[in-house]
Amino acid sequence: MITLTDFLLVGAGLFSIGIYMLVSKSNLIQILIGVELMLNAAILNLVALGRYDRYNNGGQMFALFAIVLAAATTAVALAIILNVYKRYRTIDPGKIDGLKD
Amino acid sequence: MTLVQALFYLMTFVALGSAVFVAATKNLVRSIFMFFITLMAIAGLYVLALADFVAITQIVIYVGGILVLILFAFMLSGRENLNYISAIENKFISIRKLPALLLAALFLIGLINVVVKMDTGNLEWVKVSLDQKNNILPNTAMTENIGVNLMTHYLLPFEAMSILLMVALIGAAHLSRKEAAG
Repeated sequence: MITLTDFLLVGAGLFSIGIYMLVSKSNLIQILIGVELMLNAAILNLVALGRYDRYNNGGQMFALFAIVLAAATTAVALAIILNVYKRYRTIDPGKIDGLKD
Repeated sequence: MTLVQALFYLMTFVALGSAVFVAATKNLVRSIFMFFITLMAIAGLYVLALADFVAITQIVIYVGGILVLILFAFMLSGRENLNYISAIENKFISIRKLPALLLAALFLIGLINVVVKMDTGNLEWVKVSLDQKNNILPNTAMTENIGVNLMTHYLLPFEAMSILLMVALIGAAHLSRKEAAG
């Protein structure tokens, strides 16, 4: 049987890779992928801990909620990225340095 | 080593390896398609954590929805950023990436420290759950339980989620419409 610690360690690894992408990438889409990796690490932890809650089933339920919320945030974030591209013709966050006027 | 353990290590290797590839490659398209593999492997890990319904949801929503959305955004945001990306020097370990690497390594060390010190075998609530036979076994069917709980115990979060999804839908449509006068 696989212990809880194994799942939590995998989650820690995924989270660290996500945070590396979040800080080092110079492209908004890749930063978004990093955020998705971190979300997946969190959901993996929820699912692994939810194994000990069979009747109320809190872990799996909130994992489902988190997946749906991730979908919603991604849709809004991609709409924002497309708008940023339309205005600046680039999606490098280091070069987006002007206000509207 | 049982079959379950072998599968767990295989899935872990695929998930972490492809995640590292996603982070390290300089080709954006390749990294997006490699992210497919990562998500599939994580869905496999969910199955091994006895959450098959969550795994199917992950495949349907993440792989079918979010990733296609990311691909669309990538295609619509032009080819300049492709040229730009291949133009810059992008080694995995360069002096520009060092702070990010340091931060990620520190996070990894801290998290591993917490997990190992947690000693999950002896946690109080895990023992209580095992005593009351409240843990999920490999032969329990959870989907029916999830459905009943969703309509009784978790009805309020469910409805709040539906309102938030509608808000996000309208917001995304509003943000991405053509620029109108005013």
